[in-house]
Amino acid sequence: MPTDKKVETDINYPDLEKHNNWMSKCLTPAVYTKLKNRKTPSGYSLDKCIQTGVDNPGHPFIMTVGLVAGDEETYSTFSELFDPVISGRHGGYPANAKHTTDLDATHLRGGDNLDPKYVLSSRVRTGRSVRGLALPPWCTRGERRKTEKIITEALSALDGPLKGNYYPLTGMTEETQDKLIDDHFLFDKPVSPLLTSSGMARDWPDARGIWHNDAKNFLVWVNEEDHMRIISMEKGGNMKAVFQRFCDGLQKVEATISSNGHSFMWNQHLGYILTCPSNLGTGLRGGVHLKVPLLSKHKKFDDILSKMRLQKRGTGGVDTASTDGTFDISNLDRLGSSEVSQVQCVIDGVETLIQMEKRLEQKKSIDDLIPKETKSNKTTTVAVRFHFH
Amino acid sequence: MAFNFSLTKLLPIAAVAAAGGAAYYKLGSNAEARLPPTRKLPFPPSADFPDLSKHHNIMKNHLTPGVYAQLRDRVTPNGITLDQCIQTGVDNPGHPFIKIVGLVAGDEESYETFKELFFPVIKERHNGYDPETMVHPIDLDSSKLTGGKLDEKYVLSSRVRTGRAIRGIPHPPMCSRAERREVERVVTDALQGLPKDLEGKYYSLKTMTDKEQDQLIDDHFLFDKPVSPLLTSAGMARDWPDGRGIFHNDKKNFLVWINEEDHSRIISMEKGGNMKSVFDRFCRGINEVEKLIHEKGWEFQKSDNLGYILTCPSNIGNGLRCGVHVKLPKLSQEPRFNEILEKLRLQKRGTGGVDTAAVGGTFDISNLDRLGKSEVQLVQEVVDGVSLMVDMEKKLEKRQSIQHLIPK
Repeated sequence: MPTDKKVETDINYPDLEKHNNWMSKCLTPAVYTKLKNRKTPSGYSLDKCIQTGVDNPGHPFIMTVGLVAGDEETYSTFSELFDPVISGRHGGYPANAKHTTDLDATHLRGGDNLDPKYVLSSRVRTGRSVRGLALPPWCTRGERRKTEKIITEALSALDGPLKGNYYPLTGMTEETQDKLIDDHFLFDKPVSPLLTSSGMARDWPDARGIWHNDAKNFLVWVNEEDHMRIISMEKGGNMKAVFQRFCDGLQKVEATISSNGHSFMWNQHLGYILTCPSNLGTGLRGGVHLKVPLLSKHKKFDDILSKMRLQKRGTGGVDTASTDGTFDISNLDRLGSSEVSQVQCVIDGVETLIQMEKRLEQKKSIDDLIPKETKSNKTTTVAVRFHFH
Repeated sequence: MAFNFSLTKLLPIAAVAAAGGAAYYKLGSNAEARLPPTRKLPFPPSADFPDLSKHHNIMKNHLTPGVYAQLRDRVTPNGITLDQCIQTGVDNPGHPFIKIVGLVAGDEESYETFKELFFPVIKERHNGYDPETMVHPIDLDSSKLTGGKLDEKYVLSSRVRTGRAIRGIPHPPMCSRAERREVERVVTDALQGLPKDLEGKYYSLKTMTDKEQDQLIDDHFLFDKPVSPLLTSAGMARDWPDGRGIFHNDKKNFLVWINEEDHSRIISMEKGGNMKSVFDRFCRGINEVEKLIHEKGWEFQKSDNLGYILTCPSNIGNGLRCGVHVKLPKLSQEPRFNEILEKLRLQKRGTGGVDTAAVGGTFDISNLDRLGKSEVQLVQEVVDGVSLMVDMEKKLEKRQSIQHLIPK
């Protein structure tokens, strides 16, 4: 009997004809058929991973990921799909690559005095997941509450300049709510269908909350899009202090949860594991609000940013427009380079952008300052060397 | 269209017959993806019990920690859990004045598998009907209707709708894409066999042209992707618009929605007050469709105690909403209007449908009850009730009293 090598499209294969996201690019009928009956140990399935990408066809100009993880094991259980998506999203990332973690702020060069005339504020954020508990798209109410407990217990052990308070969303008074809104700390129930389709808004506002220190420069979101989002910020240009506090806080929280028998989801290949594949690696977005009204009108502005491995956003955050020439400038890369190198990238890039703006103020040329080649941030080979120390 | 299934996974015929879905085994290769246990639950039920302290819905009234603990680990043969059924009620706390159910059935078996919750909810929602002991009457013989031609000076349009679900396939909140497509295939196949005056065309939401879409909008036939969180929280908008579509006959008075909130919704309507004609066509159409699916080995989901089974517990029994758009500008201003409606077992809505307000004294008036009364009974109640209210309106026009007309 002749063998028929053609794979028949499974009857449950989604219609992706109008779709444009990383999932739709990588989920061929063959991959679907191979993975459709697999489950992670906690029972998460392929159909659940891709639901958000099926329900949100995407946009011709913006490439969303279209895929989420329900638990740590999702990434390996469905690697035939996740690996190509990750590689596409992160600009190439081989299946055997190693990711470096470096949260030692003393490794940073400079960054403590970015010109406050141009740098209005500095900020670093990342996410962390508690190992052994399912992620927001899949967790039960019991797991979500346990995650909240583990994280808030660790935060309550912080002292000195990091000492603070937790404000659960459930039962929050109007007074507290107004204050958090004024501080720009409050997060709302997600309404974006990109998020709600994946199931992360279930049971809202159960076990969600906001923690911040008394100084209001270290903030933690609990059970929003990830188990934990950590944000360090302050006005002005002392990125080094922001990063120092960031690393300090993260390490102290990790130490406390570790002494309580828990750990963060992390592996050598993907770094810190979060819900969305776009946030793997460091999960770090480090940036400044930068006032560059002249440079931002320069025809090479976008090209310069691209070569510096930086991205611009409006000061309202992702999907907002800039007002008065002030932009949110942050690192593009997350996976394949360390926290230190990504923040260094922002510092070095912003220093140059400020120089360019000053030149333009004096009506001088900036041509000699424009980078010739795209900066390479990948530290993969270096990581292999350090592996043996 | 042939389905890809593995012969080694064919269920024994006896089990198939017992399951009631003669062709369900065709989906066997896909059912594996859902087979229980669907997940490992790491904590005891008390840790997962939802916070319903701010909630006002019927589910909350009956989901005690004890009931939850009893039901949390049960799973229907399709792998559906209680948590999936109650998600919409947990995510939508509701309102003290508007009573919503807060629960959906993921499949036919959900009603019995989780009866400790579903039955008391049904009892509260359907006026004391007890599924443990009662039998629901079905009567689709429209010849039994008396009267039914309402005064067209007041009654602008007449409409009867219901839903039907295909046995063996989970409901829209939980069905897979393959299952949803199978429902589409089974129902559209049957619709193609309808007799002359019911003959029509099927428009798939995925492939309809802009021109067809505009026409369907003009005819008020098109349904949109649900945006209400009551529906989206339950999962019924997944994979939109795959497997969804609209059928209507050439005369545009018999309409079928496929895979919106239920597997199918069947609507018969026309302008004016000839409810008899609307109900005749309704019964004929449904009975024909049922006959045609039987020929291919399929059945509707139905049981003695629950009648026709649909996604929302508020729609089981006959799933029937029989209504008119009627002009009652004077009667609606009467202080006793709501009391009159209640006594006649009728409800009012705005003419935009549920959750809309009335415009210019024109109301959508329909039956309140579903479970425990037959189709003929309910349509008769609407016909008699609307007739009476039109009489009252006429009396009020002549400034005459309506006291003696108000039902005790």
